Amino acid sequence: MEKKPVLEVNHLRTHFFTDDGEIPAVDDVSFYINEGEVLGVVGESGCGKSVTSLSIMGLVPNPPGKIVGGDILFRREEAGEEWNIAELPGKELRKIRGNQLSMIFQEPMTSLDPLYKIGFQISEGLRRHFKISKKEGRRKAVEMLELVGIPRPSEVVDEYPHQLSGGMRQRVMIAMAMASDPELLIADEPTTALDVTIQAQILELMKRLNKEKGTAIMMITHDLGVVAEMCDRVVVMYAGKVVEQGDVRTILKNPKHPYTQGLIRSLPKLTGRDERLYSIPGNVPKPGSIKRGCRFAARCPEVFDRCVKEDPELYSLEGEHACRCFLYDPQGGEDHDENRTTAPRHESEEILSD
Amino acid sequence: MGAYILRRLFMLIPVLIGMSLITFSIIHLIPGNPAQTILGEQATPQAIEQLEEQLGLNEPYLVQYGKYMAGLVQGDLGTSLRTNSPVTEEIWPFLAATIELTIFAMIFAIIVGVNAGIISAWKQNSIFDYSAMIIALIGVSMPIFWLGLMQQWIFAQELGWLPAFGRNNPRDPIETITHFYLLDTLLQGNMDQFWTALRHLILPGIALGTIPMAIIARMTRSSMLEVLRSDYIRTVEAKGIAQMSVVYRHGFKNAVIPVLTVVGLQTGTLLGGAILTETIFSWPGVGRYVFDAIGNRDYPVIQSGILVIAFMFVMINLIVDLLYSYVDPRIKY
Repeated sequence: MEKKPVLEVNHLRTHFFTDDGEIPAVDDVSFYINEGEVLGVVGESGCGKSVTSLSIMGLVPNPPGKIVGGDILFRREEAGEEWNIAELPGKELRKIRGNQLSMIFQEPMTSLDPLYKIGFQISEGLRRHFKISKKEGRRKAVEMLELVGIPRPSEVVDEYPHQLSGGMRQRVMIAMAMASDPELLIADEPTTALDVTIQAQILELMKRLNKEKGTAIMMITHDLGVVAEMCDRVVVMYAGKVVEQGDVRTILKNPKHPYTQGLIRSLPKLTGRDERLYSIPGNVPKPGSIKRGCRFAARCPEVFDRCVKEDPELYSLEGEHACRCFLYDPQGGEDHDENRTTAPRHESEEILSD
Repeated sequence: MGAYILRRLFMLIPVLIGMSLITFSIIHLIPGNPAQTILGEQATPQAIEQLEEQLGLNEPYLVQYGKYMAGLVQGDLGTSLRTNSPVTEEIWPFLAATIELTIFAMIFAIIVGVNAGIISAWKQNSIFDYSAMIIALIGVSMPIFWLGLMQQWIFAQELGWLPAFGRNNPRDPIETITHFYLLDTLLQGNMDQFWTALRHLILPGIALGTIPMAIIARMTRSSMLEVLRSDYIRTVEAKGIAQMSVVYRHGFKNAVIPVLTVVGLQTGTLLGGAILTETIFSWPGVGRYVFDAIGNRDYPVIQSGILVIAFMFVMINLIVDLLYSYVDPRIKY
């Protein structure tokens, strides 16, 4: 059976208009997510992955942010519905948001309204989208709390957020996002703010919901461990652009882009006690600060002349694998040293091993 | 909640005792012989002695304070020197006039100020925001007597829409029950008089409410701006909740605490009697009552007036504190 995309992002450009000028936070980004699939969006802070997700939700703070180009096509195949979120008026968008399209955020501690009970917050969206009664909403809230593994759900439903721990609150966020049985769940670093043990539980929960309910998940993270654990395909972003994409095994085992290779090398290993932890030198450039050439050029160990003169395209490699680097230009482009390094194999295998 | 209220009321006792000590001391802070000062230079020794007797000034302080407190506990605020009638009875109509005007002014200030602040924050940097904040700035800096006079000139003198003075039409006196005219006329079902009383409230109410309105608008705006940027508002937006509900139910409720504080302080201040407004609009309020008493050196009235005003201030603060814990479940009882 061929899978159909629930979400297709085509040439999305989201810019911020600040006193320092126009900043292209998301610059010509394209990708898709199939039904029931988990897509990982990976990158350092400031690479535009959060803005991409907010663009899909139509939640880019405006001003200063604005979608200036591209399409965000969101589909429900069985209902024969399709929307272009980039052009949808606010009122229409509110009908989809929290209904077919949900999102959970990075900060569970501050993402729940402190003044309302958990049950109210879970059922609020449901009551709006599905016109159900208060009582029905409450019943559904208890059911969702149970689904996400919260102990004594019928009591928690009447508690306030400050009475719950961070992990519990993130479960509540997931319950809230999953209550409407969405087609697509966007998770923006859902485990970053949590303890490692809780992280594993939350990931496990999301994986389970993905399998049981068939909800597609867009998992935004900087943690390649999370990617290895959860995702089917990966999009690597750098300074507002997609630099590499492909299925998870290819990306982790055979990364092509020097940035992806660097990311994988900088993962700490449990065995490598004597080695210094690798880090990519320098910082993510401010979006828009690089006018010409590859945005990674300044930090790239393999940089050559062409990199600072021209913008590389996203070159297709085998299958769905694609990489934005002149090293993979089929036209050759540059006579470059052929013995370029790929990521040391054993490191990436370790991630995939479990 | 009930236990919390009781505890808070219990905690009021030392405050009230402190207040009574201060008002009691007022008369003893007069330099020289208080009775002499009250009666003036030409007073005969007999008259002074008689007044000392009447005020109990010839007794030891502690006995005086004990008697004063005993009176207070029974609701006896003393006797006016000028009219010789009990202050408790005398002050009530003035107090009622002030309370009625304050409530009207604060309703105006809250409705206009809160909504202006909310919309300004919601539509930050819009034309509405700029104009509302300029009006608010003018509002806080406006001399109230000037505003009152302008209102009288435009709406009473030139346009003739509203009465400029007093609480009602003096040729059609209102039968008083509670001395709250709006309530009294409603209780008697006299709608004509109700409208007249209401029309008399409008100009002084707006004049008095302008400064609180401007302060509330500015406070609401800044508090809302902070809340609207927070993560939980984004969560609510992500649920697809209607804009109005996002802004008012989630936004304003989270932003309301500093606004409540300001409303409480402003209400307390207005209840203290706004002498300027009351004078310009000939409003028979408690501010003027106390002011006249100061002119007449009517010390028992001054003492009681201050005590009553302070008491109301304390009660307003208590109500505000209770509202905090009602709004925010994190504030522990």
